[in-house]
This record gives sequence, C-alpha cells and structure tokens, in this order.
Amino acid sequence: MLTVPLHHVYVLAAVLFALGLVAVLVRRNIIFILMGIEIMLNAAGVAFVAAAWRWQQADGQVMFFFILTMAAAEVSVGLALVLRLYHGFKTLDADAAAAMRG
Amino acid sequence: MLQGLWLVPALPLAGFLALVIGARLSRRVAAVIGVGSVGAAMVAALAIAARFMAAPPPGHAFTQVLWQWLKVSDFEPRVALYLDPLAVVMMAVVTGVGFLIHLYSARFMGRDEGHNRFFAYMNLFVASMLILVLADNLLLLYLGWEGVGLCSYLLIGFWYKDAASARAAIKAFVVTRVGDAAMAIGLLLLFMSLGTLEIQPLMVKAADRWPAGCGMAMAAAALLLGGAVGKSAQLPLQTWLPDAMAGPTPVSALIHAATMVTAGVYLVARTHVIFELAPPVQRLVAIIGAATLLLAGASALAQCDIKRVLAYSTISQVGYMFLALGVGAWGAGIFHFMTHAFFKSLLFLGAGVVILAMEEEHDMLKMGGLRKAMPLVFWTFLIGACSLAALPLATAGFYSKDLILAEAWASPKGGPWLWAAGAAGAFITSIYTFRMVFLTFFGPMKKAPGVRPGVVMGLPLVVLAAFSIVAGFVQMPEGMGDVQLFAGFVKPVLPAAPIEPGAGGPELALGLAAAAASLLGILAAWWLFLARPALLESAVRSPVGAALHKLWFEGWGFDRLYDVLLVRPLVWLARVNRADFIDGFYRAIGAAGDGLHLVLRLTQTGHVRWYAAGVAFGAIVAIAVLVLL
Repeated sequence: MLTVPLHHVYVLAAVLFALGLVAVLVRRNIIFILMGIEIMLNAAGVAFVAAAWRWQQADGQVMFFFILTMAAAEVSVGLALVLRLYHGFKTLDADAAAAMRG
Repeated sequence: MLQGLWLVPALPLAGFLALVIGARLSRRVAAVIGVGSVGAAMVAALAIAARFMAAPPPGHAFTQVLWQWLKVSDFEPRVALYLDPLAVVMMAVVTGVGFLIHLYSARFMGRDEGHNRFFAYMNLFVASMLILVLADNLLLLYLGWEGVGLCSYLLIGFWYKDAASARAAIKAFVVTRVGDAAMAIGLLLLFMSLGTLEIQPLMVKAADRWPAGCGMAMAAAALLLGGAVGKSAQLPLQTWLPDAMAGPTPVSALIHAATMVTAGVYLVARTHVIFELAPPVQRLVAIIGAATLLLAGASALAQCDIKRVLAYSTISQVGYMFLALGVGAWGAGIFHFMTHAFFKSLLFLGAGVVILAMEEEHDMLKMGGLRKAMPLVFWTFLIGACSLAALPLATAGFYSKDLILAEAWASPKGGPWLWAAGAAGAFITSIYTFRMVFLTFFGPMKKAPGVRPGVVMGLPLVVLAAFSIVAGFVQMPEGMGDVQLFAGFVKPVLPAAPIEPGAGGPELALGLAAAAASLLGILAAWWLFLARPALLESAVRSPVGAALHKLWFEGWGFDRLYDVLLVRPLVWLARVNRADFIDGFYRAIGAAGDGLHLVLRLTQTGHVRWYAAGVAFGAIVAIAVLVLL
C-alpha cells in the first residue's frame, strides 16, 4: 500500500480549502460561490479521512459521511435560493442582491 | 359585647369597598350605604362604650387580637385593637360626629356629580381614623395615620378639576408628609432601642430603661411631636390647613376640624409616657400650643372667607389642646378635643348651609342679616359660636377651656405666661367668633338666601348644638358643681396633672378672669363690628393697621416665607437640574452604544462576499490566537 506522509495530505487539504475560499471571495456568480463552498467542505473531508487512516480510528470517516450529507442538504437549499434569487433579480450576481443594508 | 369591637372599623371599611365595587350604584343606594355603614359603626361603638363604662374590663383595657400581621425574626406586629378609656372617647366622638356629618352630606352633596366617590372616600376616612385610635401597636396606628392623610388629600382635592383645589390637596399632602417622615423615623428609633412597637409594653419599657431627660427619650419624643405637629397643623407646619378649605364643607367639618387634625393630640396623649421622660420636649409642646393659638387666632380676625375663619380657629383650638398636653393636663387636652369636635363641626356644618344658601359665596362681607331668614341655622350657629367663645357656665367650650387654663396655671410644668397666652387667646377667640356671627347673621341683608336646610341637614345641626352645651357638664371645676366624670373616666390612662394641694388658691380668680376675657371679647366684637364699624374701617385704613391686617390676612406670611425659603429654591434646583446629572452617566452609556452601533453598521453592506471574508478573517484570528497563545 502506497504510503503518503500525513502532512502531504494536510497540505493538499489546506490548498484545496484556500482555493475554495478564494473562489467564494472573488467569484461574483453565485453558482461558483456555492462550488467554492463545496470545495472547502471536501478539503475538510480529505483532512478527516487522512487523520482517520493515520490513527486507525473510524471517527474521521464517520465525520466525512456527516460532511457529505450536510453538503447535499446545503446544496439543495442553496440551489433553491439561487433559483429564487434569479427569479427576483434576473441575474446570478451575488453583489446585486445587496438591497438589505444595515 | 366587647368582642364586637372589630365591627367598628370594619363596617365603614365594608361600606367603602361596597361603594368602590358598586361604582355605578344609584345615588340613593350609595347614600344609604355610605351613611348607613357609619351609622351602624356608631351604634356598635356607642353600645361598646356603654358596656365599657358600665362594666370596665380588668385593668380598664381590652385587647382584641385579630390576626398576626407579619413575622420577621423578632418583629411580630399584630393586627390588634386596644380599647381603653382614651380610645373609647375617641371612638365615640369619631363615629358619632362622623355619622352626623355623613347624614348632612347626603343632602349637601346630593347633586354633586362625584356623590358616590365622596361617600367612598368618607367611609374610608372613618375606617382609617378608627384604626388609628383603636390600634394596639404603633405600626397599625401608622397605617391609620397614613390612611387619614390619604383621605384628606383625596377629599381636599375632591373637586379636582379646579386647579386651586388640586394645589391645596398637594400642599396638604406634602406639608403633612414632613411631619409624617419625622414620625416614621421616631417609630424606627423606638423599635431599634426598645425592640417593640406595641404601645403598652413600649410605654412600660421606656419608663423602665430610660432615665428622665435622656437623649433617646428626647429624640423619640421630638420625632413623634414632629408627626403630631404636621397632622394637627401646629406651628411651624400649620400652613396647609387654611388652604384645605378648598374641599367640600362636610370634609372640613369631619376631617379638618373634628377628627383628623386632632390625631396629633391623640398621638401625644397616647405616648405621654415618652413625653414625660423628655421634659424639654414637653415644654416645647406647650410653647408650640401657646404660640399657635395666638398666631392663628390673630389670623382668624382678618379673614373674609367664613371657612378660613373656622380653619384658623381650628388651628388655634388645637393649639389649646397642645398647651394642655404640654403642661401635663392630658385629660384636659382630650376633653377639649371632645367638646371642640362638637362645636367646631357644628360651626362648619352651619357655615356649609349658609354657603349653600348664598350660592357658593364664601365671603362674609357679602353676607348679613340671615338671622331672620334662617332661624334654625342662626340659633344652632350661635350656640356653636358661644361654645367656641367659651361663654361662661352654659357651654361645653367653657368647661374644657377653663380646665386647660386652670391646669396651665397650676401645673408645675405650666406657669403664668402660658396661662396668659391662653387667656389672651380666649379673648381673641371671642372677637373673631362673634365677628363671624355678626357679619353673617346681623346687619342689613345683602343677599337673600336660596336653599333652606331640610330635615336631613337640620337634624345634625340640632344634635351637635345640644352636645355643644351638654358635653361640658361631664366635667366641672371644683368651685362650680365639682363634677369629675370625664377626668375620672380617663384617669386609668391619662393621669391628672400633678398639682400641689395648696396651688388651688387663685383658681376662682383665674376662672373669673378667663370668663371675663371671653365676655369682653364678645363685647368688643359687638362694639367693633355692629356698633362702631366706622372706627375699625379707619383703623384698617391707617398704615400700621393696613400692614397688620395684611400680615394677619396672609397668616403671618408663613406661606410667603416657605415659598422663598423652600419652594422656590427647590423649584430652581429642579429647573437647573432638569437634565438630571445622575442620569447623565446612564445617558453616556447609551450614547456610547449608539456610536458603536454606527461604526458596526458600516460593515453591514449587504455584499455576501464581504461577509464571507469577514468570517474567514475571524476564523484566522481565532485559530491564530489558539495556536500562538
């Protein structure tokens, strides 16, 4: 079995997470923002699985299943909101929906 | 029989509750409840008083414990009634005079829009007053004390749509509050140092533990005196009573003449043991009484409003009671309270009829010649006036005032000066009383009377007139009849003034002098106001006379003095400190929160990506703190 050092996996997870965060912050299209969030979630999932393998504990994998289901739920709600947003503003630009200011 | 004592205060209280709950009762039903409850209380009180006199309970006292009020470690006041000869006298007078005045009010207030409210307040007043005089401990007494104060406020301001009435009510409440605050501190002091508020054990403990003239006794007596002075409108807190005449006339008769203003006299008599332990304070009581009776009497000379004459006269007569208390003539003070309750409420009720007949005219100078038009009122009013002026031998006022004067001379705590003040007061009393009679009932008729008193208003006048004469015959001096029924009755509670046996020498001469003062006063009034009115006119027009008249008319300028010394600085302070400086601190906290809110609001842009950036930044900071620290 190919052994990958743990910190390599962590670096991968961190890079993935950073990419996701950057996507969330810089993309204006709300679909891409949702995708960025998915990437961030999966980065966390990778870190969990790697840690579970490293310490031979099932907890990390269980946690990944939670992340998976949570992500599915989030996407369904998120896409529903996207539909409503598009219905309301006729655009997918997140910055257009800035009507509610403090 | 005595077990029914609780009914006496409970009946008017029940009447009050019925009138409050049934606010929409018809006038007739409300009047029946209002008058009937006090009437039933009177019947109960008189039956109990008769029983008490026929067969005095052991120790001349009867205690009825109703329930435990509250219990906080060793502070366990009970709601208990205490009946002794002093309480019997007070209870009988309060319910008796109270009933007659209620009966009179049924007609007097018959057309008033606040008729039912009036009877509710009056019933509450009678209940409170009865609690005050029957209380077994000082806490319950204080409850009644504040209750009568509240009712006094409500009834002075009864016609609250009239700004002057409302202002008079507030004035009365605030001025008596000064005294009440002193009294409350006095009660706390008594409890702190003697550990109880029940009157009888308190008196025993005080006599046991405090030597005569010790600081504690002096402080307690002075503070109680403060309360008494406020309630009884004595110097220096007398200014509220003349203004209190803004209330309906039956209120003035019941509260501001017969009962409530004598609560201070009752309080001092009730706690007389403490006053005996503090001779300088007791001396002060006598001096306050003497000064008040003279100053108020002089003020009464200059008033035009018939009710204000009676108000100043009340202050002056309560001054006599204080004089009696101050020289240790406790029984004489209470005796004068009793006779005064009869003749002064009679005079007020008579004045009320006159005012009603004159269509709300209070000014005596615009009245006159009512003698023929209103004979019943004239004769009863005359009897009341004679009693007030202490017409010798025939009237109740003579016997009570004579007793006070005799004891003021003979008591070791009295002296010629106090006697002289009292005798001069008697002279002034006669003048202003008969000035009132002559201006109102004699001379040319200036305005024909409208309404005549019916039976309902006439009956109380007749009954009170009868009492204004016969009430004096229960106590006559040794030289004349020597009847000692009253003194004998109250003796178990109120010891007689300690007079040395040999001091009775000039008593007859003193009595004659006092009688002469009274008669001379009547004569002077006749001469000044009927025979030679022009003489007085010119005297008043001279510069000195005018100044004196103005001074007396304004009640020696006390109102102005207090206005300058207290009211205006306080109002000024309130105006300066309108933006309360303590509030400033809390307002600054509010302003800081508001400013922070303005800053934080800038972050709420509505751009969801900025929020995400904020979350990311916050997470980085949190993790950095966790890792690095």
